[in-house]
Amino acid sequence: MPAVQETIDQVRQIDVDQYKYGFETLIEMEKAPKGLNEDIIRFISAKKDEPEWMLEWRLSAYRRWLTMEVPSWARVEYPEIDFDDIYYYAAPKSMSGPKTLDEVDPELLRTYEKLGIPLREQEMLAGVQQSRIAVDAVFDSVSVVTTFKEELAKAGVIFMSISEAIREHPDLVRKYLGSVVPVSDNYYATLNSAVFTDGSFVFVPKGVRCPMELSTYFRINEKNTGQFERTLIICEEAGYVSYLEGCTAPQRDENQLHAAVVELVALEDAEIKYSTVQNWFPGDSEGKGGIYNFVTKRGDCRGANSKISWTQVETGSAITWKYPSCILRGDNSRGEFYSIAVSNGRQQIDSGTKMIHLGKNTSSRIISKGISAGKSNNTYRGQVSAHRKATNARNFTQCDSLLIGNNCGAHTVPYIEARNSTAQFEHEATTSKISEDQLFYCLQRGIPEEEAIALIVNGFVKEVIQELPMEFAVEAQKLIGISLEGSVG
Amino acid sequence: MLEIKNLHARIAEDGTEIIRGLDLTVKAGEVAAIMGPNGSGKSTLSYVLTGREDYEVTEGDILYNGESILEMDVSERAASGIFLAFQYPVEIPGVATMQFLKVAMNEQRKARGEDELSTPDFIRKVKEAAAELKIDMDMLKRPLNVGFSGGEKKRAEILQMALLEPNLCILDETDSGLDIDALKIVADGVNALRSPDRAIVVITHYQRLLDYIVPDSVHVLYKGRVIESGQKELALELEKNGYANIIEKAA
Repeated sequence: MPAVQETIDQVRQIDVDQYKYGFETLIEMEKAPKGLNEDIIRFISAKKDEPEWMLEWRLSAYRRWLTMEVPSWARVEYPEIDFDDIYYYAAPKSMSGPKTLDEVDPELLRTYEKLGIPLREQEMLAGVQQSRIAVDAVFDSVSVVTTFKEELAKAGVIFMSISEAIREHPDLVRKYLGSVVPVSDNYYATLNSAVFTDGSFVFVPKGVRCPMELSTYFRINEKNTGQFERTLIICEEAGYVSYLEGCTAPQRDENQLHAAVVELVALEDAEIKYSTVQNWFPGDSEGKGGIYNFVTKRGDCRGANSKISWTQVETGSAITWKYPSCILRGDNSRGEFYSIAVSNGRQQIDSGTKMIHLGKNTSSRIISKGISAGKSNNTYRGQVSAHRKATNARNFTQCDSLLIGNNCGAHTVPYIEARNSTAQFEHEATTSKISEDQLFYCLQRGIPEEEAIALIVNGFVKEVIQELPMEFAVEAQKLIGISLEGSVG
Repeated sequence: MLEIKNLHARIAEDGTEIIRGLDLTVKAGEVAAIMGPNGSGKSTLSYVLTGREDYEVTEGDILYNGESILEMDVSERAASGIFLAFQYPVEIPGVATMQFLKVAMNEQRKARGEDELSTPDFIRKVKEAAAELKIDMDMLKRPLNVGFSGGEKKRAEILQMALLEPNLCILDETDSGLDIDALKIVADGVNALRSPDRAIVVITHYQRLLDYIVPDSVHVLYKGRVIESGQKELALELEKNGYANIIEKAA
């Protein structure tokens, strides 16, 4: 109840076209020269003090990428990206690898404070009520700080930037990196493999339930800079971890590229819950500027009885191209995908999931809620497949689209493939408009129009909001309200 | 409280005139019944009074407490105390009835410059009003009107009316789809809201509801005009003889 009220308050406070996180941090940056070639990759690798094998891995990815073509199957349109007109590495000058909080440039701390991201452990501990969340803060190409590392280490959980992990836990990284999303997977994943800069690394050892929520906060600040996030989460036998990522960027006229790869590995009886609240700058109402978000996210339920659950709230980005997927390899493993995708203005979203059933008695569930407003286009694209040996595979898919106004589009593109006769797949899809009758009813009760829409939309997405960790559910509701403002009339 | 003067209104989309020179006055404390055959403009009148944009007023005026409300939009009219109990209340999936009630009550309070209700005050008010209408609190946890029976929907309407404490209540065919027990509960709920400073307009097709909500005046609507007004006995006469006689007399 209070969350809805807050949505309403928030919607009222903010003017149309106002992206709350659009400010820029003025800080001296160190950048690699513009453009992409082997020297740039060597530069990135050297900056991060990487071992030789990592550099080789990057270079081979780069050479493969040169032979690949830009994918064109998604329902998104954008001018060709000039990959030589992008900076691939940008880091605050004061940073040479993550430090303790006291050593971090105060300007950066202020930035995260402004974004509402808690980085000071003491302050977080001070509020007894507030649940504690460990944060890895990634600013352009580097992680600036990771909180609660020591306390997590006591439980045996490793939580650090991927750059650090490559140096400190090379064996683990080498064993798992690229094992879920192969270097050759797709155009953007291959590019990421060559030039990835930072992201988070999580390792939960056998039998450990991670004692707190983990989160990474990605911030793109520098102009003309691409962000190539790489995240790797490994949960050993019977482990459990809940992880959340958040993203924002300054308001700029130029488009910027975010091409991420996230890999999850769940061994026997392990469970990973991965939540995203994506709020990259979406561009203005005319479609100028905004982030191109081309992301490959995939989880591997490698062990029997393992479970991976993706929850995403996508409100930002000019273009979103993203399909968090599950490979259900272990017998009895389970994959879940809960998604809210909100598009307004000229935003284009092509998002969905893949549930690949390989093991016996595997099950999956997909709940997708698309909300289109303005002149935006919102596509759900999903694949559910059962391998010949995946007996008794089960899937339930529900895709609901809500249209606000007459100039937006909603599309549903399901691919369903069952290679054995015992698989049971269900697919339900609905498309609706906020009806005049619903609006009139709310108005007649004294609820003004924007508040009425926020109320109806929050009702529409409730099933998915419930899947988010509590702290973020409220945030997500607010965000949806803000994203849709100005969508009326 | 309500003065309708020579009102003409049409459907905005195609210009069809539905209300054609309607006059009606309802005083504070009065319960006025509007009756009439199908297509006489009863439901349209309820929409025009509440400001639905699908209808345009082309002539005449609506005065509420002495002032014209034609320039006010739907939610402003609602906040000023005009309430419509719908013939077909819409479903709002995912929005718990309690949540809807709280948002509506607080929005109206805000519009009037009052403080929001505290949660305990809110819950107490809802519990009291729900008990009067024999509404189970569990029903209020369900999404508004989703899967509600006909009786539950109408009771939820009256519950909202009780909680929002309007000055002018318009009940559109509140008896439709109700069995006799549900009808009695709803009528008792409405009767409990009768007060010297509140006017109630009951739109109905049948006399049946008026056995339970006894009106102070009865008005017959035909082709968008009031063609006959009288006391409660008029309703009984209509029940016995139908509309034909009155229509003939008016013609």
